[in-house]
Amino acid sequence: MGCVRGLLIACVVGLGMILSAGAAHAQTYESALAGFTTDSFADTDAAVGAVAASGSPLALQVIDTLQAGRLMFNAEAKKVYLREASGAILDAATGQAASGVSADSLKPVRVNNRVRRAIEAAVGSLTLLSPDPGKRLEAARAVFKSRETSALKTLNAAIDKETDSRVKQALIEARAAAIISSPDASPSEKIDAIAVIRDRGDQDARGLLASIPDSANEEVKKSAASAISSIDTNLAMWSMVQNAWYGLSLGSVLLLAAIGLAITFGVMGVINMAHGEMVMLGAYTTFTVQELIRTYNPALFDYSLLFAVPLAFIVAGLVGIVIERGVIRFLYGRPLETLLATWGISLIIQQAIRTIYGANNREVGAPSWMSGAFELGGITITYNRLWIICFTLAVFVALLGVLRLTRLGLEMRAVTQNRTMAASMGIRTARIDALTFGLGSGIAGIAGVALSQIDNVSPNLGQGYIIDSFMVVVFGGVGNLWGTLVGAFTLGIANKFLEPYAGAVLGKIAILVLIILFIQKRPRGLFALKGRAVEA
Amino acid sequence: MLKTIVSAAMRPMSRRSLLAASAGLAMGLAAALPSAKAQDTIKVGILHSLSGTMAISETTLKDVMLMLIDEQNKKGGVLGKKLEAVVVDPASNWPLFAEKARELISKDKVSVVFGCWTSVSRKSVLPVFKELNSILFYPVQYEGEESERNVFYTGAAPNQQAIPAVDYLMSKDGGEVKRWVLAGTDYVYPRTTNKILEAYLKSKGVKQEDIMINYTPFGHSDWQTIVADIKKFGSAGKKTAVVSTINGDANVPFYKELGNQGIKATDIPVVAFSVGEEELAGIDTKPLLGHLAAWNYFQSIDTPLNKEYIAKWQAYTKNPKRTFNDPMEAHVIGFNMWVKAVEKAKSTDADKVIEALPGTEAPNLTGGTSKMLPNHHITKPVFIGEVRGDGQFDVVWKTPGLVPGDAWSKELPESKDLIGDWVDKKCGNYNTKTNKCGS
Repeated sequence: MGCVRGLLIACVVGLGMILSAGAAHAQTYESALAGFTTDSFADTDAAVGAVAASGSPLALQVIDTLQAGRLMFNAEAKKVYLREASGAILDAATGQAASGVSADSLKPVRVNNRVRRAIEAAVGSLTLLSPDPGKRLEAARAVFKSRETSALKTLNAAIDKETDSRVKQALIEARAAAIISSPDASPSEKIDAIAVIRDRGDQDARGLLASIPDSANEEVKKSAASAISSIDTNLAMWSMVQNAWYGLSLGSVLLLAAIGLAITFGVMGVINMAHGEMVMLGAYTTFTVQELIRTYNPALFDYSLLFAVPLAFIVAGLVGIVIERGVIRFLYGRPLETLLATWGISLIIQQAIRTIYGANNREVGAPSWMSGAFELGGITITYNRLWIICFTLAVFVALLGVLRLTRLGLEMRAVTQNRTMAASMGIRTARIDALTFGLGSGIAGIAGVALSQIDNVSPNLGQGYIIDSFMVVVFGGVGNLWGTLVGAFTLGIANKFLEPYAGAVLGKIAILVLIILFIQKRPRGLFALKGRAVEA
Repeated sequence: MLKTIVSAAMRPMSRRSLLAASAGLAMGLAAALPSAKAQDTIKVGILHSLSGTMAISETTLKDVMLMLIDEQNKKGGVLGKKLEAVVVDPASNWPLFAEKARELISKDKVSVVFGCWTSVSRKSVLPVFKELNSILFYPVQYEGEESERNVFYTGAAPNQQAIPAVDYLMSKDGGEVKRWVLAGTDYVYPRTTNKILEAYLKSKGVKQEDIMINYTPFGHSDWQTIVADIKKFGSAGKKTAVVSTINGDANVPFYKELGNQGIKATDIPVVAFSVGEEELAGIDTKPLLGHLAAWNYFQSIDTPLNKEYIAKWQAYTKNPKRTFNDPMEAHVIGFNMWVKAVEKAKSTDADKVIEALPGTEAPNLTGGTSKMLPNHHITKPVFIGEVRGDGQFDVVWKTPGLVPGDAWSKELPESKDLIGDWVDKKCGNYNTKTNKCGS
């Protein structure tokens, strides 16, 4: 749609130009096209710039087609063609349908990063006057990146006409970037431009200012240096906020992975080495749901995770109940055997998944509302992390609600606090054991749905989380959900503040050492249970 | 099945018995394959992990070997005898690799072994191959600094992958990169490769402050801080690129984070040495358009031989979507070289085949002829590919001819005078300065 509209504009603009100096433009345009026929990235790069500068009404269409990988050429005839999405072939020189040309005799013009950069710059300078504000914003950003000096005239015209304040700001910044890179601009113009860039204050701004060559005017260099240091101070402050955000996000992942274990290990006392595999089952459920949706109703893809959450809960929960009924119930009170048995089960589940789905990673797509990022001040917040934090807290609250407010929760607490007493009050403890284990496993399955968005879905998915999960539960205090919450976020934030200084490897080691020291001091974790529950 | 595992686990708690229990499970699968019956077969050992972390990469290598052996048997075998595959599962467990290698050589009496992926597994089986004098074909790109009489390296040495990739990025087509992030997983291959690259970059005039080196643990999944650091490092006004030796599963969350934080290949390209068609199968590649990989083979390369093998592979696995990758091609080349060497030596005796192998030639699937060198490495073409939207690669650059593999890096001061030569000098680390073997 946008493409068509852009084309219209290009036509209108081009029409005016043709009226003025049609013949000359047609000449440069056609000779520019020849650059596409040599199969060399350098020539293609130059041709993109020349086509954009030719002012031909077809320029934008040619460049868009190139970007889509549908610009074709015939090296012998030195002719360039546009292949439409429908398969029709147009002559690039005239824009008319090319008759008698078969697609087999043509080769696509190859694109690499160098050409892609040229395309971005060219599309940017060609769409600065587009009627669509979104396009103009994108164009302004592209020109900011390309620092295309030749776009200055169009930029000035665009700024005068602009009504949208956000787009106007982007255009002004793009003009400043072009002025800074222009060899013709006067020092005073450049210093004004530097002030604009300084106010932008992000990493791209810093990169632009740092690229001012040593040969520049002294005054310009001085003002750039002071702008850089002011941006750096600003960024340093934001980097603390960023660390805290990353810490929250890592903490939420830890919490999500550990929260099911807080039930099976924390509340029931089962050393459940197969916990990670429940997470993995949840992730594979998500994959299966997405495959079904892709096959039968692709329109629903954005909702796939919503379907996956209850299904993952059911699948992992049922497997959990089967494990409890089949193996663990014979091993209560024998932690060593439970550990070995559940570890064996984890290997069986992994190999089963490997046999069914194959050893390779499976692709779990991100729904559109979970892709991308937005800028908040000086930090980038990615949507998937934001949603995972919200989701984790929702799961935590729901679980707390189940334990506190429902009959099942009451019975669970009764059984774990005093099994004999609960039994004599008429609670079927064996059934409650199975349901509790199922609940913990189900929650782990839900965690798998979220983790499939950030990690790879492979049979080994769970193994990566099992150690961390135990760490969180033990650190937070066994048997206490709030302890798990605080423990997860503490570890996440501590890890992210250590990482920039110590690196990922040392940071992880430091965290483990800290936990060992902490457990020495407080063997029962952050929030130790008091009273009779401890003896149970 | 469940009961067996549990009871096995309940015996005195030793690591070994547990491992045996887990391996036993996978062995059950392996046992389904034809076992030894006729005596006049030549046995070929396949030592690739079919369970555990490395199964993701190694399982396909086992399958491609079975396909090659099957195909050779249809052509009448070797020296008039049928080939027989012996598959074992070392379960991604390094000590188990040595045990299984010993089992293959002394118990099953295989003539040759194709296997290993990680360097640590190769190092763990080395003493076994030396002691029992057998032959190992190793198909994966690795850090170099090694040349052994019993090992034939069909994957790339650093000068056949890492150095050309950096050269490309420094060229005009590659974007004239001036600032480098060397990011890797914390083990021997990335550490050695990065040491070589750092020395190489400095020899090209890159300053220390323009190189950032970062290591992460195996299976690292939280890349937020590192990706943000890369972004920050890239905002110094010079063109920046990332050279990634990140291994295995950690790649998927890394690329997902790159995509989400909006780092495009036109801003900061990432060139990877361990990411191929198989690894990309787990990610939506649209946000990764233009990121690079350096390999000696890409599935998208259009040659008749390549098409033929891909078709054979997809027919063999009965899956039209199965991908073919670089280490698989290395096994194809290695296997064909071995067949030729056996036919030349008219024997499967290890000493005779080791003697016959250097100089043997076999076509690589991308249109050249690779040759086994006296240092037991092979000549290979080098390709740089950019990720496409469909998870395949577009080749944007290739070396004009085949590059001979260097066992010892010329960039490192401690190895620049060393060569491997098993033909004239009979030595894996011959010092050309002192004319002595072993120093």
